[in-house]
Amino acid sequence: MRLKRKDILTIEELAGDEIELILSTAESLKEVSEREIKKVPTLRGRTIINLFYEASTRTRTSFEIAAKRMSADAINISASSSSVVKGETLKDTARNIEAMNPDCIVLRHSSSGAPEMLAKLVKCSVINAGDGSHEHPSQALLDLLTVKQRFGKIQGLKVAIIGDILHSRVARSNIYGFTKLGAEVSVAGPPTMMPSKIEKTGCRAFNRIEDAIKDADVIMMLRIQLERQKTGLFPTVREYSRLFGLDSKKLENAKKPAPEGFNRGDVVILHPGPVNRGIEISSDVADGKYSLILEQVKNGVAVRMALFYLLMGGARE
Amino acid sequence: MIKNILDEKGVERALTRIAHEIIEKNKGLEDVVFLGIPTRGVHIAKRLRDIFKAIEGVILPVGSVDATLYRDDIGMKHDQPVLKEMEIPVSIENKKIVIVDDVLFTGRTIRAAMNVIMDFGRPGSIQLAVLIDRGHRELPIRPDYVGKNVPTSTQEKVKVHLKETDGVDEVIVEADNEA
Repeated sequence: MRLKRKDILTIEELAGDEIELILSTAESLKEVSEREIKKVPTLRGRTIINLFYEASTRTRTSFEIAAKRMSADAINISASSSSVVKGETLKDTARNIEAMNPDCIVLRHSSSGAPEMLAKLVKCSVINAGDGSHEHPSQALLDLLTVKQRFGKIQGLKVAIIGDILHSRVARSNIYGFTKLGAEVSVAGPPTMMPSKIEKTGCRAFNRIEDAIKDADVIMMLRIQLERQKTGLFPTVREYSRLFGLDSKKLENAKKPAPEGFNRGDVVILHPGPVNRGIEISSDVADGKYSLILEQVKNGVAVRMALFYLLMGGARE
Repeated sequence: MIKNILDEKGVERALTRIAHEIIEKNKGLEDVVFLGIPTRGVHIAKRLRDIFKAIEGVILPVGSVDATLYRDDIGMKHDQPVLKEMEIPVSIENKKIVIVDDVLFTGRTIRAAMNVIMDFGRPGSIQLAVLIDRGHRELPIRPDYVGKNVPTSTQEKVKVHLKETDGVDEVIVEADNEA
């Protein structure tokens, strides 16, 4: 089995067995980060450009560490310190980067669909590191890996995603990913943050977080984008926090014994970061025993190493 | 055409002899660590461990070394090679490492495996045990322990079948259909 693609743009376009291949490759690569010499020579001489048009610590660092652990050369470009501030278009930036012959471009952009446009323009591989409110495939893959490692498999799990479903690329990628691997996905959030016809994606929508998390094995809390607060999607942060924030009291409803055939029972809590403590998730829950937030970050490096390996480990067509 | 090189008894005899040679050469089994190359090298390493348990009463550590990430043909083959299990069970610092594989051919896998091991520390020595040496080396690598030398043409395929993976212990040589 090989990954027969030039680019990783969305989870929507990946088949279930492609996702499984990425996850099993990531599982093998996790060991490299635990060595004393955290580096393998696999991608020597390959050049990876991290092109970030939006602020990011976790994702950019994770892609950079992943590239370096595979011995590829990683170059970071952030929009604020590049010719973008001089008015260069994405198209021109792409052509100029392409002229320097990289093997892969990792793109984070505020416009949905930007990575797809870039992928059509350049011959090298393109990885979407988050585009607007569209998709964030590497985040969904690391979430899938984290859950799979904890429960042993994804098929049959109940997953609740809570927050701004409409604007969240993390939610969109995860809905596709978990559904493709056979989990049941529920979503909950304020009506202004719920896409119309959400049921068409195969998940169940709830108005109350309590209903969505009742039988959940996995609870994924989304970051509330405080910058959107002024746009009137919800009245006050305090109200949002009271109704949709996860605290230990709401969590009481979610605990349940292990379903048959799974490694463990207790619910697990994911958050893509950065965490707004006390808003979408209380501090005691974010740091508590059900939280896998730091495990997610750890798996992020392995998943991105796997993506680099699978995109660049074979011969060019 | 298929030639039978070793049957079940033959595999057993070859491994027993290798086991005794390892004890002789290392003057015992102190500090010896076995690292098999997945998939069949690991099974052969485990069988050697069982033989040592029977004849010397000691249980040696057995791990596995996947050399895929260190291969010299990454990016040249059409498919990305599938990653296999990697497990170094103990510190290898100053240990006598015995790499175990089923068939020794070009020597490129062994070169890659040695580089993996070096990234985990500085072993006292590295030795190589193989069930079959089929010749055609492309690197200056030679085995310390050989179950059987099998002169082959490059067109032929040497297949080691083990009970753990294939349900039967045997070594066969297949003439390539196109040849």
